[in-house]
Amino acid sequence: MAKENIRKPLGLGLDSILQPERIYEPDVILEVKNMTKFFPIKAGFLQKVVGNVRAVDEVSLFLRRGETLGLVGESGCGKTTVSRTIIRLYEPTKGVAYFKSDILSSTEEPVIVNLAELDKEEMHKVYQEMSMIFQDPINSLNPRMSVFDIVSEPMVIHGKSDRKENENVVGDLLERVGLRASYMKRYPHEFSGGQRQRIGIARALSLNPKIIFCDEPVSALDVSIQAQTLNLLADLQNDFDLSYIFVAHDLSVVQHISNRVAVMYVGKIAEVAESNVLYNHPLHPYTEALLSSVPKPDPRYKSKRIHMQGDVADPSNPPSGCFFHPRCRYAEEICTTTPPEYREVEPDHFVSCHRVEELELKGV
Amino acid sequence: MKKTLVEVKDLHIHFEVREGTVKAVQGTTFKINRGQTTGVIGESGCGKSITAKAIMQMIPKPGKIVQGEVLYHYHDKLNPNQEEIIRINDLNPDGSRIREIRGGEIGMIFQEPMSSLTPVYTAGFQIGEALSLHRLIPQKLGDQMDSTIQEYRHVTKKEAREIAINMLHKVGLPKPERRVDSYPHELSGGQRQRVMVAIALSCDPVMLIADEPTTALDVSIEAQILDIMRDLQETEDMAIMFITHNLGVVAEMAEDIIVMYMGKQVEHASADDIFYNPKHPYTKALLQSIPKVGRRTTDRLASIKGMVPSPFELPTGCVFHPRCPSFMPGKCDQIVPTWQEVEENHWVSCLLYEEV
Amino acid sequence: MSDQQIVDQEIIEEIKEAEVNQSYFSLVWWKFKKNKLAVVGGIIVLLFYIVCFFFAEFFAPYQLHETKEYFRASPQLLRFVDEEGSFSLRPFVYGLEETIDMELRLRTYENNTDVKYYLHFFVPGEQPYKLLGLIPANIHLFGADPNVEGSEMFLFGTDSLGRDLFSRIIYGGRMSLWIGLLGQLLTMALGVSLGTISGYYGGVTDIVVQRLTEFVAAFPDIPLFIALAAAIPVNWSPQMIYLILTLILVFIRWGGLARQVRGLILSLREREYVLAAKSAGATDRRIMFKHLVPGTMSHVIVIGTLMIPGMILSETALSWLGLGLRPPLTSWGVLLQEVSNVRSIRFYPWLLIPVPFVIFSILAFNMLGDGLRDALDPYGGR
Repeated sequence: MAKENIRKPLGLGLDSILQPERIYEPDVILEVKNMTKFFPIKAGFLQKVVGNVRAVDEVSLFLRRGETLGLVGESGCGKTTVSRTIIRLYEPTKGVAYFKSDILSSTEEPVIVNLAELDKEEMHKVYQEMSMIFQDPINSLNPRMSVFDIVSEPMVIHGKSDRKENENVVGDLLERVGLRASYMKRYPHEFSGGQRQRIGIARALSLNPKIIFCDEPVSALDVSIQAQTLNLLADLQNDFDLSYIFVAHDLSVVQHISNRVAVMYVGKIAEVAESNVLYNHPLHPYTEALLSSVPKPDPRYKSKRIHMQGDVADPSNPPSGCFFHPRCRYAEEICTTTPPEYREVEPDHFVSCHRVEELELKGV
Repeated sequence: MKKTLVEVKDLHIHFEVREGTVKAVQGTTFKINRGQTTGVIGESGCGKSITAKAIMQMIPKPGKIVQGEVLYHYHDKLNPNQEEIIRINDLNPDGSRIREIRGGEIGMIFQEPMSSLTPVYTAGFQIGEALSLHRLIPQKLGDQMDSTIQEYRHVTKKEAREIAINMLHKVGLPKPERRVDSYPHELSGGQRQRVMVAIALSCDPVMLIADEPTTALDVSIEAQILDIMRDLQETEDMAIMFITHNLGVVAEMAEDIIVMYMGKQVEHASADDIFYNPKHPYTKALLQSIPKVGRRTTDRLASIKGMVPSPFELPTGCVFHPRCPSFMPGKCDQIVPTWQEVEENHWVSCLLYEEV
Repeated sequence: MSDQQIVDQEIIEEIKEAEVNQSYFSLVWWKFKKNKLAVVGGIIVLLFYIVCFFFAEFFAPYQLHETKEYFRASPQLLRFVDEEGSFSLRPFVYGLEETIDMELRLRTYENNTDVKYYLHFFVPGEQPYKLLGLIPANIHLFGADPNVEGSEMFLFGTDSLGRDLFSRIIYGGRMSLWIGLLGQLLTMALGVSLGTISGYYGGVTDIVVQRLTEFVAAFPDIPLFIALAAAIPVNWSPQMIYLILTLILVFIRWGGLARQVRGLILSLREREYVLAAKSAGATDRRIMFKHLVPGTMSHVIVIGTLMIPGMILSETALSWLGLGLRPPLTSWGVLLQEVSNVRSIRFYPWLLIPVPFVIFSILAFNMLGDGLRDALDPYGGR
């Protein structure tokens, strides 16, 4: 990557740990390092800050062109907040997010920018390259707007207000997602949950983004509709060379659609690996326990479930040392005092656990 | 041979709304036996929840049972040899008899732990509520000649509290003596659901109806709740009717599975048969459309084409025919299939298995 | 499904599409029509505005300040049958004869059964007027027989200056209903904009606006009115006074609406479609006006419609107390100023007739408002 295509001296004033690394690789389009988002807890008469909800706590990951990175975890793990912080719907407390943007580049080549540092105007432009799909098919579409208005809104926001042209584009998008172009005159309440989700997908595609953040897009759908929607997302990824960050709590769905999967717990990443590797050879005790907790749709499968005691930890008051230690059956002294380091233990397999070298864990 | 507890016979439930009649349940027939777990699976709108509510005579208005019956084989705990068959759909929905059955003999737990518990009362109070309504303590009055006269009385507040703590311990809640005085908002989702289980089980019911009890919970908590339910079933010899749309959960919990679609029962067999020998095209399609953890299949999931039809415009003939990969023109759109036993204890409603 | 069947299916769907316009407004209208009570309320409100507001001059047999030589005359009843029992299709009223009751020292009017004034439609008045302020005209919907000298028809009697009460109630309605409507529109404009800004931005803006609404709410209105009534210079034109009164009513009421709108915005702001718009890069202004405010409109319209009766009532009460409008401005409240003492109520009870009109209009608005509330939420809550 030529020096001119790196915007300003990148990472100026940042610690070495936050310097861009993998973003220089040709197929990587997003690199997030030590992304942190704390929500202050206010109490008392004067609304003093008494603590923080550590929703996202030093999360690092990267995304390649055309791949799907799955984010799984239980409630409070921060998987939804991560997406929203990267896209700056929430302002990051700390951390960087390097992105290869075409829109902000003055040359043919994309330029690397830090999303966390962009000003309002630049961020506004970058929104054309990233979009989001949401979980709730009922609330993610404005009930008073026609389907045409909904799908064309991103285009209108970014200056494309020619109605005739937009109608063509919208019609095309609707066909792409398996609906009819004539549906653009209708209103959201006339559609089923699965169809509404498709409208949301059409909206996300309207500006030809590079990355789509999928925030639990199939969780609210029936099983048979889930399958249709997942197939659609896979097809679109092929057709448009899209990259997905796919957030979900259903492990089987995530495994199916993702190339790589990251497991999150209380704001931190426990483990990231290629999908098959993660499910067959997990290296983190939480992953192992999670996989064994998933009910298998096979009545003959009688394996001993690994029990996790207690409840999911509270992100506003996490345990000391390794956050998972109270529920971990392999925990030792060091786990209660020192937070483990997040490192690449095998090629493309990152884990944060003290005992990763010693343990022999079981996959599915 | 297990004894029958609840029998649902040819149940038809209709809802009269402004836009027309919704035939929510059309002819379900099944038995639930003592100590056995029966799973009911199906997607939204298939009528599984309504069927469960029918067993408790709790069908919301404007729903009505237009045909069929729900029979409950009642055994007095005090005189176990006597059986009385009660027609539940005949009972007054606000009457005392059904209220005795609800909670006292058949317990129910719901999906949303957030809203199933009253927020202004402690967990202990709510368990105590159930106890004071149903739990009877034997009280020996005395001996008279050769027989002992047994009288039964209701629990006192102190006893209720003890039993509540005991129940919370059984459902795996840590520090039950403190939790018994917690309010619902002080408990997590998993803890609340455990309290719900405790309430449902506190009166030793013979049957538990669980309507999507773990859908709103995290995977690890779900696992715990399912384990608790299974353990308690063993120790108490309780029947469970487990309603869910999650095939993994039902595979784990149920011995016997009923598959429903748009108000109709389409298949009923043992869990093993449903998963390894499915007969109805809908069951097969459903099994193929779920991604399975650990086995990376090809990139496409086999999906069921088309959409769930509007309840006001049900297809003619077999209600699944517009989406069925084995559709037979001239037959499936004209004739309504009937409930047939195609193998031992394996029932299907499909024209592929019927001579017409 | 065969290809032919698939094609047929598509054709059927196309036809269905063309028939049903499922836009939000058509759904609202459809639902509204089903509620009979609401439709009745709506019609009554509409009638009030047509009769009193737009075409008062036409519907009232007399003009606002027209005086006759009949002071505090009791209402003349429309009759179809006269004393001898003869029926006449065209109703009539008896003429009035002035008498003086020496005991009570009252001037009263007795029916003179020799004189009959028949009811005629489309009667010319004594003076021309301008319909809607523009079109010169001289027709009234009904009146006493124009061909007979000295014929009068005071259906509700007259007041102390000899003015027909029926006509004055219609003209008074114009003022009362107009204040209600204008006041409410201004309140809505102020309340919605401040409520939206405060709810959307939160933080300091919110705190400031909230304290402002509380300040306004805590303000004692009666003393405020008394003070202002005393402070208004005597030489101000009636129009100015009218404007000030409206502004005061708005000032007191916008706070409540702003709070409610703020609450709605707080919940709508977290909806995923707002997030979706943000993630596409929408500006705050766009989100507020294109997404949030329309989402509040159903509530605001209902609240607004239901607040109008409050406005009407307030104006009526204040004017009656003498703190609001004063003659020559005429509203229902001003009309009631004449009945502020026992003597009036005892001897001239017909001067209270404006009261049922106030009640009636309020009821109609409430029925309309309730119907709107049900209809404007056709999805059954979002």
